[in-house]
Amino acid sequence: MGYDLEEKKYSKALDLTKLTPYGDTMNDGKVQLSFTLPIKNDEKGVEAALTLAKKMGIADPIVAESMTLDNNFTMYVVYGSVLHTINYNEIKVEKIESDVMTKYEVEDFIDREIKRNIVVVGASTGTDAHTVGIDAIMNMKGFAGHYGLERYRNIEAFNMGSQVENSDLIKKAIEMNADVLLISQTVTQKDVHIKNLVNLVELLEAEHLRNKFIVIVGGPRITHELSKELGFDAGFGPKKFAEDVASYFSQELLHRIKKNK
Amino acid sequence: MSKLGLDKNKIKEARNYALKIAKDTQDFIDKHTTVTVERTVCRLLGVDGVNEFGVPYPNILVDYIMNNGDLGIGIGNYLASTVKETNLSLDEISKLVCDNKLDITKYPILKKSEVNKILKPFIEESLYKIKENKFKREDYFDKFGQSEGPMLYVIVATGNIYEDVTQAKAAAKAGADIVAVIRTTGQSLLDYVPYGATTEGFGGTYATQENFRIMREALDEVGEELKRYIMLVNYASGLCMPEIAAMGALERLDMMLNDSLYGILFRDINMQRTFIDQYFSRVINAYSGIIINTGEDNYLTTSDAVTEAHTVLASEFINEQFAKLAFMEEELMGLGHAFEIDPEVENGFLLEISQAYMAREIFPKAPLKYMPPTKHMTGNIFKGYVQNTLFNIVTTTTNQNIHLLGMLTEAVHTPFMSDRYLAIENAKYINKTMKDFGKEIEFKDGGIVKTRASHVLNDSINLLKEIANIGIFNTIERGLFAGIKRPYDGGKGLKGVSLKQENYINPVLDMMIKELKEEK
Repeated sequence: MGYDLEEKKYSKALDLTKLTPYGDTMNDGKVQLSFTLPIKNDEKGVEAALTLAKKMGIADPIVAESMTLDNNFTMYVVYGSVLHTINYNEIKVEKIESDVMTKYEVEDFIDREIKRNIVVVGASTGTDAHTVGIDAIMNMKGFAGHYGLERYRNIEAFNMGSQVENSDLIKKAIEMNADVLLISQTVTQKDVHIKNLVNLVELLEAEHLRNKFIVIVGGPRITHELSKELGFDAGFGPKKFAEDVASYFSQELLHRIKKNK
Repeated sequence: MSKLGLDKNKIKEARNYALKIAKDTQDFIDKHTTVTVERTVCRLLGVDGVNEFGVPYPNILVDYIMNNGDLGIGIGNYLASTVKETNLSLDEISKLVCDNKLDITKYPILKKSEVNKILKPFIEESLYKIKENKFKREDYFDKFGQSEGPMLYVIVATGNIYEDVTQAKAAAKAGADIVAVIRTTGQSLLDYVPYGATTEGFGGTYATQENFRIMREALDEVGEELKRYIMLVNYASGLCMPEIAAMGALERLDMMLNDSLYGILFRDINMQRTFIDQYFSRVINAYSGIIINTGEDNYLTTSDAVTEAHTVLASEFINEQFAKLAFMEEELMGLGHAFEIDPEVENGFLLEISQAYMAREIFPKAPLKYMPPTKHMTGNIFKGYVQNTLFNIVTTTTNQNIHLLGMLTEAVHTPFMSDRYLAIENAKYINKTMKDFGKEIEFKDGGIVKTRASHVLNDSINLLKEIANIGIFNTIERGLFAGIKRPYDGGKGLKGVSLKQENYINPVLDMMIKELKEEK
């Protein structure tokens, strides 16, 4: 089709109510995808890949390459034009409604508005052995040049590390009189993190402690929307740093202090 | 021929400090035993199986001694005297203890020589199996030959051993030389080894002896087909270090992750416990011809790879000496390091080349384990593929033997079959097209590569000197590795440590060491 000099039938103007992918021309709908089918690498396999692509809503799919992974496993690289469009204007996203401040602005904010230190207890909970996430947010050094909460002058941050039981986290939070609980979940295979996160909220509710803490979850597969669904106050996904989290909980804490007055 | 011009006297100095550190720690180790060390003795005497609640018989026996006797004498003595007095088999003894029908602490404590005499046939049976496995591995390598250059190492981690088999076979056909079955998250903290074939795990598959056997059989099968010996890896780490080493020895695993520093820092396992456990597990690995993998690469996931490179080297020196004290040949020491410098660092590639060459030159006989980028991998799989390519170039150029392949979807999900295929394809391409690149290049005096290497070596000597002064326990308490502090009495598993009594005996360890000494 690349040599087709006839004018394409579709409109070349951007219409956000009919959004579709951009390859090299507006509204061409071009996508690339790759997948593996548990079948032999032959002509029939290619046809199977094309049929599947069409069923996904991809017009004029081509199999750019098919690779034999094993006798009965073949990987396909497929290009085509997606037939679907979406209305961008109708999309709503659950966003965290707080301003993002720098570390110094957060410290000033706490001085000025909270007038005491904020106590944060964090852990990677359940069987999750990964500390990368919680360390990135809490450790002195932080991550990618963003200092962690331990470095904030008026935040008392306590990092319990990995494989912490939900009940131990709660115990520690009570002992430290924490304002904020930070939970990190890295392993998400078979949704093991969901069960663990739900369990924490249930434990808190059973102990009538749910409203005592601002409860936040973070991790590579966490969205704010998911966190709300699970009964958390906020969720932070990838590319969020200590200042994002600190900005949120300092403002949220102020909000709660005012509400309780 | 040295490309880096490292000062031999300095390397010697570093080794001397490391030896002092290891020996000081060994003094502590020699005075203690642990529950898993004693359970390993049970296993290598032939105790196996679980009761109706899934509790392994080695745990039942050792727990019984913990509650009713003194583990500081060693389980061997109790079992020997029970066998002597009752004439029961170990299987029968295990079941009777489980049902509370037999008190194995009531028989007289025997002399060490008598314990050895009674248990000798049991031990010899296990050691014979292990030696058979060792010979079988050697025969395979004789028959099929061993690949020159980096050995391609991939992981499978489906949680289901049968699905793992499918993935492992495909990987072997694509060109993998080594397959590691990642353990389920959390297994390192179990103070027992689960039993039987398992199909449910998170982020990995349970390490059980039956799972080892299933995967070994599958890899032998595909290996025969491909005329290559496919090596199998698991984890002799966590709270059951020596037990898993023993199971691996019995089922002919070829490599074991085996590093107590890793467990202390990243799994919060008590340091006393795991150093004691590590010693026995390394002797078992040495005896079985199993290559160990150490975990220094992980330091760089929490510490900066540029500023903390010397901690990796220092730890490699220490791990080398620990392995030597466990009678291990250098050829079995898969010392670890990693390609973890931030892609934003100018000339980061040269620093990686420097570090990798340095490890190669300082540990010339060790099959170094080189880990791909993980910390700076993002969801940008296309850039990730480039990062892995650069890593592959360093691996080939500097001849790292155990070549852990990077997955383009690192930080996204556990690998798809296709991710693994692409990784193998990438590595094979680089290994071929750049095969002799390392032999062709030299580094200029005063240049980045040489300067960096001598700088890192100097820093590691200073660190080793400090550690030799304050001891390894203190070092860890102060957080000198990976920036993580762990207390001497903290972490998991301390309850399982016992002080050895005068009449303590570990007849299995003694027999292994005797044979290892004779070999030398």
